[in-house]
Amino acid sequence: MAVTGPIETSLLFGRLTWDAIPTDPIVLATFAVVALGGGALFALLTWYRLWGYLWTEWFTSVDHKKIGIMYMILGLVMFVRGFADAVMMRLQQVLAFGGSEGYLNSHHYDQVFTAHGVIMIFFVAMPFVTGLMNYIVPLQIGARDVSFPFLNNFSFWMTVGGAVIIMASLFLGEFAQTGWLAFPPLSGITESPYVGVDYYIWGLQVAGVGTTLSGINLLVTIIKMRAPGMTIMKMPVFTWTALCTNVLIVASFPVLTMTLILLTLDRYVGTNFFTADLGGNAMMYVNLIWIWGHPEVYILILPLFGVYSEITATFSGKRLFGYSSMVYATVCITVLSYVVWLHHFFTMGSGASVNAFFGITTMVISIPTGAKIFNWLFTMYRGRVRFDLPMMWTLAFMLTFVIGGMTGVLLAVPPADFVLHNSLFLIAHFHNVIIGGVVFGTFAAITYWWPKAFGFTLDVFWGKVSFWLWVVGFWVAFAPLYVLGLMGVTRRMRVFDDPDLQIWFAIAAFGAVLIAGGILAMFIQFAVSIWKRNENRDVTGDPWDGRTLEWATSSPPPAYNFAFTPVIHDLDPWTEMKEKAVPRPTSGFLPIHMPKNTGAGVVLAGLATIVGMALIWYVWWLAAASFLALIGAAIAHTFNYNRDYHIPAEEVTRVEDARTRQLEA
Amino acid sequence: MPFKLRWLGLSALTLVLMGCKSEVLDPAGPVALEQRDLLISSTLLMLIIIIPVMVLTVWFAWVYRAGNKAADYRPNWDHSTKLELVIWAAPLFIIISLGALTWVGTHMTDPYRPLAEDGKGQSLEGVEPLNVQVVALDWKWLFILPEEGVASVNELAVPVGRPVEFHLTSDSVMNAFYIPAMAGMIYAMPGMQTELNGLFDHAGTFQGTASHYSGAGFSGMKFKVHALDDKGFADWVAKAKQGAVLDSATYLALAEKSEKNPVAYYGQVEEGLFARAVNLCVIEGKMCQAEMMALDMKGGTGVATPLASLPGRNPALAQAGFVTGVCTVEELLAASLPERAPIPRTEPLLGHGLTLPGAPNPLATLPLSPSDL
Repeated sequence: MAVTGPIETSLLFGRLTWDAIPTDPIVLATFAVVALGGGALFALLTWYRLWGYLWTEWFTSVDHKKIGIMYMILGLVMFVRGFADAVMMRLQQVLAFGGSEGYLNSHHYDQVFTAHGVIMIFFVAMPFVTGLMNYIVPLQIGARDVSFPFLNNFSFWMTVGGAVIIMASLFLGEFAQTGWLAFPPLSGITESPYVGVDYYIWGLQVAGVGTTLSGINLLVTIIKMRAPGMTIMKMPVFTWTALCTNVLIVASFPVLTMTLILLTLDRYVGTNFFTADLGGNAMMYVNLIWIWGHPEVYILILPLFGVYSEITATFSGKRLFGYSSMVYATVCITVLSYVVWLHHFFTMGSGASVNAFFGITTMVISIPTGAKIFNWLFTMYRGRVRFDLPMMWTLAFMLTFVIGGMTGVLLAVPPADFVLHNSLFLIAHFHNVIIGGVVFGTFAAITYWWPKAFGFTLDVFWGKVSFWLWVVGFWVAFAPLYVLGLMGVTRRMRVFDDPDLQIWFAIAAFGAVLIAGGILAMFIQFAVSIWKRNENRDVTGDPWDGRTLEWATSSPPPAYNFAFTPVIHDLDPWTEMKEKAVPRPTSGFLPIHMPKNTGAGVVLAGLATIVGMALIWYVWWLAAASFLALIGAAIAHTFNYNRDYHIPAEEVTRVEDARTRQLEA
Repeated sequence: MPFKLRWLGLSALTLVLMGCKSEVLDPAGPVALEQRDLLISSTLLMLIIIIPVMVLTVWFAWVYRAGNKAADYRPNWDHSTKLELVIWAAPLFIIISLGALTWVGTHMTDPYRPLAEDGKGQSLEGVEPLNVQVVALDWKWLFILPEEGVASVNELAVPVGRPVEFHLTSDSVMNAFYIPAMAGMIYAMPGMQTELNGLFDHAGTFQGTASHYSGAGFSGMKFKVHALDDKGFADWVAKAKQGAVLDSATYLALAEKSEKNPVAYYGQVEEGLFARAVNLCVIEGKMCQAEMMALDMKGGTGVATPLASLPGRNPALAQAGFVTGVCTVEELLAASLPERAPIPRTEPLLGHGLTLPGAPNPLATLPLSPSDL
């Protein structure tokens, strides 16, 4: 239940008491399922003695490819949780009519929609985007790893730490009931006195360290580690979008961190930055959070624009149309994303000139975005378009995203926003661009680069089942929300009185069922593909007739990616190498200098997670102790000089010879 | 916008929304009408580019499919200056047109702008707008009609054809006030005041709702707005006159968290209640925000300020104290606070809510002073 009265704290356990364990049957059943599933997984890993393998080969790995794959797995796991929240909301809203309260009380429902937003953005979309950039960027630029391999491992585990904190709130205490951006004064200590908002704050702060460091890491990697000859205007488009994304991350996540620190001070030490009274200004929070929040949506979509560019060029068998125009469009979007934040709150009473200014800057972003769409169109023009799964997702994106873009520009017209803001029309709009853009793009990327990562292609039949269920399901689920928005129905409602609305919620719920089928088909696709991996084996390393460097190496690539660092002459280096029949080097290999695995990332992130949990529950002694341990461990790690090794030339020769035999077979 | 275009857009949308009541697309006042028209004309304007893009996507994908060996294939064709000009210019022209529409439309429908005409071509010059003060409480809406001297909870009546000027604030958290058929939404926020001007051009009962999530009872924060003729409105006011007195004590009791409150009327409203709600000082003895800001404008009172703190409304939370005042106005004046050096200004600072240089001391024109409390 919601805690409203005074909260007892003890020296040893802080606010943690037996009452913190939820008694809600839905939560208990979820806990039982998670505990059984987790227990079974643990038992299986122990039975097959996989813990040692996982620890040495994966958890402690500093290989960007393995870290990229772990990010994708984290995103998929959290996606299941976030989608379960979505299904609960759809079910509640279809049931709560005609005097019925539905099956969720407000304390539970309000946590569900908050968790859905937080998880989908921070722990699904962000890991997907970071994972893709981690895996692909070093391969595309001909590098052997990222600039700071240990930092990469640490960043990943910090993101996991944040996810663990958010997931813990399900079974211990409560999560925030504030909406995904936790606007004060509702998120202040007077209105939200219990642990919910603290889970939100510390979950995001721990994960935010990971995101910021990963942004710095990839930024430096792209700037400093490109293969010789790859000038800035010869970088593949995906790498370009990754560069812009990481610029956005580095420049905007500190704003989020700082905003949350101010909110933390309000909640923990009684300052009044955002309180209603005593000189606080809640609108300052709204401004600050959206100064981070708007660039954030471009952090999510830009890398996927890169993915679509790579896929369209590859599957049209043609050079990308208008490369430089594409690059300028990306840079324009990057810069403009900082001057539009106020469009998230036109209705908070700014003057007409301010609203009109931010409305028009927002519309201006649609110009470079429109140019990108046209560039993809003209890449298909005079091409030979192959409708493999990645291209199907790309076409679905183009047809879906333009509608989402149009409703977005519509919301940027302040007079229209005055009737549509906070309505289900807005919800339909941003799901239209996030699902149609980010989610479809991630699935396109997974099907496109899966053979590179694992050496076999994904099953086509189950891929098509998933594709059609997703695309149709998306429209069935979200078109009704556009209609409801035009009927003046606002977001985050738990119960309704107007019986005419119910049919639209029923259609939307059916759409969610279709999407659930799409997700299930996708997991079946993974399972079937792994089962039949020998039938779909790709020995060439280049199953799609790719154009960029990552297709030049084997699938999966060796730990060192490239035995010799390639020299670049053209925008599509692999296509050029194929056309000129450049021979693969087969002799004269040298020892390769590589970073060594380390468990320090896991230890540091684990300690940071404990600090977060201790602060949430006011267990001050533990917070202090684990914080000191964190600092101590970080300092101790700096004394570890055993950080690198050389792969001997004989080993490289052995691997490359095996590849030669494979190619000849 | 030309009539034909509007009709076309409307009929298209009506097809989609056949059989359902769309309050957004069926406005009952000039502001909502203008918002609806802009919504439709912007959509049509964008469809000029969206539809060709969607058609071209399908067309190119089909014509240039790998199976069609008859189609032109130029793997190295990747640039055309003419095409580039078109693909940048086409969206640019649409956005220039839309930007012009936006600039004008935003100013025309600015919630702070008093209405000039009633939507039927009738000028509203000289017509005194109905003043409605709105307070978002947890979780109900309080409406105060100061000129009529009545107040109501979760129900509002306004006369048809007379402009309404809403002044809004909130008692606890952020909220948004939304009557889709009248003039869209505006936020109601604690310690701040927003404004919304609107008008109903025909009689009826319309839905009003809270559109910014405000906590557990948010779903139930609905109200009905009755747009009535003059007699109907007078009857409604007379009915409200029968209600109890709304004074500070009643307000504070009403402001306690409660859900799905029934409609209630108050026949008499304490003078200045809304101003104190905006300034978060309805509680007896609490210093108003305006006074605190006036003190800050004078440079504060220095480190010696004796802060007197009383327990907040929720006694469980000792942190939630508040300032009761540092001294009386007389003491303040007698204390001869050090004046801050004036900030050199070369030109007058203009803007909403800012005082002009040389305007009288805001402390002197405050609606309240500590001695009134």
